[in-house]
Amino acid sequence: MDFGVLLTDLPTLVVVILGVPALIGAYIVGSEFLVRRLSDKRRPQVRPWFWVGPALFLVAAYLLLPAIGTVFQSFENNNGNFIGLGNYESQFANFPTGGAWVAIRNNVFFWLIFYTLFTLAFGLILAVLFDRVLYENIVKSLIFMPMAISSVALGVIWNFMYQYQSPGESQLGTMNALVTFVLHHDPVSWLQDQWPTPTFNILNNLALIGAATWGITGFALVILSAALKGIPADLLEAARVDGAGELTIFRRVIFPLMMPTIVVVGTTLVIFALKAFDVVYVMTAGNYGTDVLAYRMYNQLYTAGNSGGASAVAIILLIAVVPVLIFNLRQFRAVEARR
Amino acid sequence: MASVTYDHVVKRYTADVTVVKDFNVDIKDKEFMVLVGPSGCGKSTALRMLAGLEAITEGKILIGDRVVNNVAAKDRDIAMVFQSYALYPHMSVYDNMAFPLQMAHMKKSEIDKRVRNASRILGLDNFLKRKPRALSGGQRQRVALGRAIVRSPKVFLLDEPLSNLDAKLRGQTRVELQKLHRDLQTTFIYVTHDQVEAMTMGDRIAIMNAGILQQVGTPGEIYDHPANLFVAGFIGTPTMNFIPANVTNGSAKASGFEVKLPKALPAGSKGTLGFRPEAVTDRTTDGGTTLDMKVDVVERLGSDQYLYGSVGGDQLTARVDPRMAVAPGDRVRLGLDTRGLHFFDGESEQALL
Repeated sequence: MDFGVLLTDLPTLVVVILGVPALIGAYIVGSEFLVRRLSDKRRPQVRPWFWVGPALFLVAAYLLLPAIGTVFQSFENNNGNFIGLGNYESQFANFPTGGAWVAIRNNVFFWLIFYTLFTLAFGLILAVLFDRVLYENIVKSLIFMPMAISSVALGVIWNFMYQYQSPGESQLGTMNALVTFVLHHDPVSWLQDQWPTPTFNILNNLALIGAATWGITGFALVILSAALKGIPADLLEAARVDGAGELTIFRRVIFPLMMPTIVVVGTTLVIFALKAFDVVYVMTAGNYGTDVLAYRMYNQLYTAGNSGGASAVAIILLIAVVPVLIFNLRQFRAVEARR
Repeated sequence: MASVTYDHVVKRYTADVTVVKDFNVDIKDKEFMVLVGPSGCGKSTALRMLAGLEAITEGKILIGDRVVNNVAAKDRDIAMVFQSYALYPHMSVYDNMAFPLQMAHMKKSEIDKRVRNASRILGLDNFLKRKPRALSGGQRQRVALGRAIVRSPKVFLLDEPLSNLDAKLRGQTRVELQKLHRDLQTTFIYVTHDQVEAMTMGDRIAIMNAGILQQVGTPGEIYDHPANLFVAGFIGTPTMNFIPANVTNGSAKASGFEVKLPKALPAGSKGTLGFRPEAVTDRTTDGGTTLDMKVDVVERLGSDQYLYGSVGGDQLTARVDPRMAVAPGDRVRLGLDTRGLHFFDGESEQALL
């Protein structure tokens, strides 16, 4: 829509400026007027629905309906004709290298496991260590900093980190500088090398996951650190007096008390892992066996012009994410209830 | 079972924040020692240094014959009950009590025996599977005690363990703690700000103020012979009467009366005359000191009757026979028992009498 029309068409501008607030006001006043006419008993049951109504309407209009549309589209070819499960068949064709299989393997295996574990492990270790550091807030801000960087910039930075020059030349990438200088090993083509085998190329996937982990560790750190601070100091002192060493205290007292938060952060990270897109898009464009579902969906739609295939991938992704999302919400509610 | 010695102990946070100053106490084996003082006096810090939760800036702390300055808390073989109880919220009552024994790598059967024994003593048999949040305040307090006693530690530290209980439960637990001390035959060190707890429970009391140890003694010694003005005012309810006075010719002269001192003090001394409310009674004796009091407030407690009023220009409190008929505004003649007389130096605030 061309919003410039609002400046040339003054009556429309007036309607927008005055009409929208008037409509909202009328909705509130009108619904309150109706609610007041109800009996005392019915009123508290009905009133909340009027207040969440607009939000429900917006979610339905902009999320639910498109999602349902995507489901229908995933059963159609590019001309809009119903083809049953054809799109899904082609996505699941030729195991293990055809269709969406590489993307599924990368998402559900490499990303889900390593991205989540690395981030949780780093976040937890840093939270516990920084808790004992004098300039804790400064150090925490440093780790949190990558969260402020656009993920595209993050990809570019890590492309530099992983740069490859032929053996014998001076290495411009930090990683290969370390590999050649410290380990006296030939430089590694981190993003292209499908080590150990092209069907199980863990190296370049881990290189991408490492970059993404660098970007998200601050998120895990901040939340886990808050959970750690929530543990009363005298519990740890009691454990010390009870004869427990610091590692035992972590294992028997700190870790169990942080567990609910770890689960919430973990499931959030699982959702992030399943939705991974930007790092892959910038650093490898899904080549060399590093494709992921979200990038495949984008590719199917814009590069291959296959809207049915893209919709099928979107639905596969949705089906993978929804159970995690429900679990996450339940767990979050359980943590809140325990406070 | 062990003695505890504080030898010139100092705790300093920064150059000008010293919370414990030159602290010296010998706590005997099996003694019930109470550290008492107003909040911020350094009593908890003194206890936490013994527990190994705070570093010792200067001096030595000994448990038995062993200097523990550089021994980690976990290796000191002490047990501590915290004010908040500090129960592990994710463990059952049983596991809370078993935790210190597991840390000592004790056999499962021995752990079970000890935990069951402690829970029987404390009446926790029916709660062993519960989590702390499903217990009442009094039950949590017992679990905290149980976690401490299962280990048969050398020294038993209690940091204001009763302050989160209601008044009735506090009274009961006070009695139970004394029984426990008798049964366990272990050194107890008990920190409190409540002088009633200190007086009723301690074999001996150490009174602290502003980081400085004021006096160590049995409850009787401290009550009858306070070493200085602070101790005299801190112990006893209602508080001791303090009357500014000058010494002339063997007697102390206040604004409204003059009293002959039982011991000679240098003439011309200025200071504070002190006597407890029970030294002022409705019994006057021939030749004894009498006070002419204008009564402002009468407090009847059933067993006692307290009169608050003024003698000359000074406020004081008297404890009289509950049957004495007196109303606010009355003027009464009261006798002062000079055996309970104290005199504190005006400058040093130390007891001269």
